[in-house]
Amino acid sequence: MKVIDARGLSCPEPVVLLRSVMESNEDAYQIIVDNHASRENTTRYAQHQGYQVAVAENGGEWTLTFTK
Amino acid sequence: MNVKRERIEIVIAGLIIGVIASLLVYFGNPANMGFCIACFLRDTAGGLGLHRAAAVQYIRPEIIGLVLGSFGVALIKKEFSAKGGSAPVTRFVLGFFVMIGCLMFLGCPFRMILRLAGGDLNALLGLLGFVLGILAGVFFLKRGYSLKRTYAQSKLDGIIFPVIQVVVFILLVAAPAFIFFTEAGGGPGAKHAAIAISLIAGLIVGALAQRTRLCMVGGIRDVVLFREPKLLMGFGAILVSALICNLVLTAATGTSFFHLGFAEQPVAHTDGLWNCLGMLLVGFGCVLLGGCPLRQLVLSGEGNSDSAVTVLGLIVGAAFAHNFGLASSANGPTGAGKIAVIVGIVVVALIACLNTFKKK
Repeated sequence: MKVIDARGLSCPEPVVLLRSVMESNEDAYQIIVDNHASRENTTRYAQHQGYQVAVAENGGEWTLTFTK
Repeated sequence: MNVKRERIEIVIAGLIIGVIASLLVYFGNPANMGFCIACFLRDTAGGLGLHRAAAVQYIRPEIIGLVLGSFGVALIKKEFSAKGGSAPVTRFVLGFFVMIGCLMFLGCPFRMILRLAGGDLNALLGLLGFVLGILAGVFFLKRGYSLKRTYAQSKLDGIIFPVIQVVVFILLVAAPAFIFFTEAGGGPGAKHAAIAISLIAGLIVGALAQRTRLCMVGGIRDVVLFREPKLLMGFGAILVSALICNLVLTAATGTSFFHLGFAEQPVAHTDGLWNCLGMLLVGFGCVLLGGCPLRQLVLSGEGNSDSAVTVLGLIVGAAFAHNFGLASSANGPTGAGKIAVIVGIVVVALIACLNTFKKK
């Protein structure tokens, strides 16, 4: 599973990264973000692409796992 | 996450913000300028004596309210987070030139919407430039443009900017001799709603913008990049509600809050080319910054010191614009202002190139 470390990046960069990685059209991806706007935006984008989203929070960071 | 609910929330927020913006003009703000982040930062810079253009000097409580409204909600929602260190000087320079573009057009993206809602068709040329600028920024974003990551900062670093707003508010209320105020009838700086009304309006809009992530640049950018309309819906809601409110106020008061056309629009000029190029610079610069001037204020309230530095760049840009005759007036743009906008577009394009193609 491809993992994107988007910590410290502000929007729209995490979504741009996610979009570029998702071009490989795999069944699962993971992204780590550290701000609310990035969490919301990447979640929304993945949902639009047909992925289910699971969120794990760890001290101000979120690991989002997207699966089809 | 419920996408539909998010969209409903931003539309409601946009409708409320549009009404507030329209009412601020009723309560005394300059026409089509219920809110204008660029104009209000420029007025505040004048109030603090950073420039001496007597017509545009007033500490605008809306700005203070926007930052503190965002700060308060971010604290309550546990979203306050002190962070920074993502190319602050580059952001300062981008902020500087975004302001140069705004003062060529005579308004930030927020006021561009409000000018449209007031019937000012010159803003259509501004909107065209704004979209072109955003497209230029998106071109670089798609190719890996980045100002690199932020890092956690001390809590104090994130709190300083909101605290500065409190200090500036005290200066407004105390009005010591070293603070400048445009004299009655002396220009747009003299037109303002009562302090309490302006402050409350700013607090409400700051809180709503923080919750919804409202951003004028993000609206168009996200549609182009991701086909994501959420932020654009907020943009549209402001336009619709301010337009309706302007028409209602016109009917109810007998005073014109809506005047359709190009000529004789309030605090505006009719030079289409430079309205367009000014907003092109704004759109391009703001995409590279990650958000419009309103969003930068809101983020600075959330503890983002990069955005605070961007706002300082905007303020210094405003001071330069009026100290060196770069800002337009109702008579049109100045020669120096045209040169500054061209220089700005070149500098912003260089920043985009150097942070896209030479980063490894």
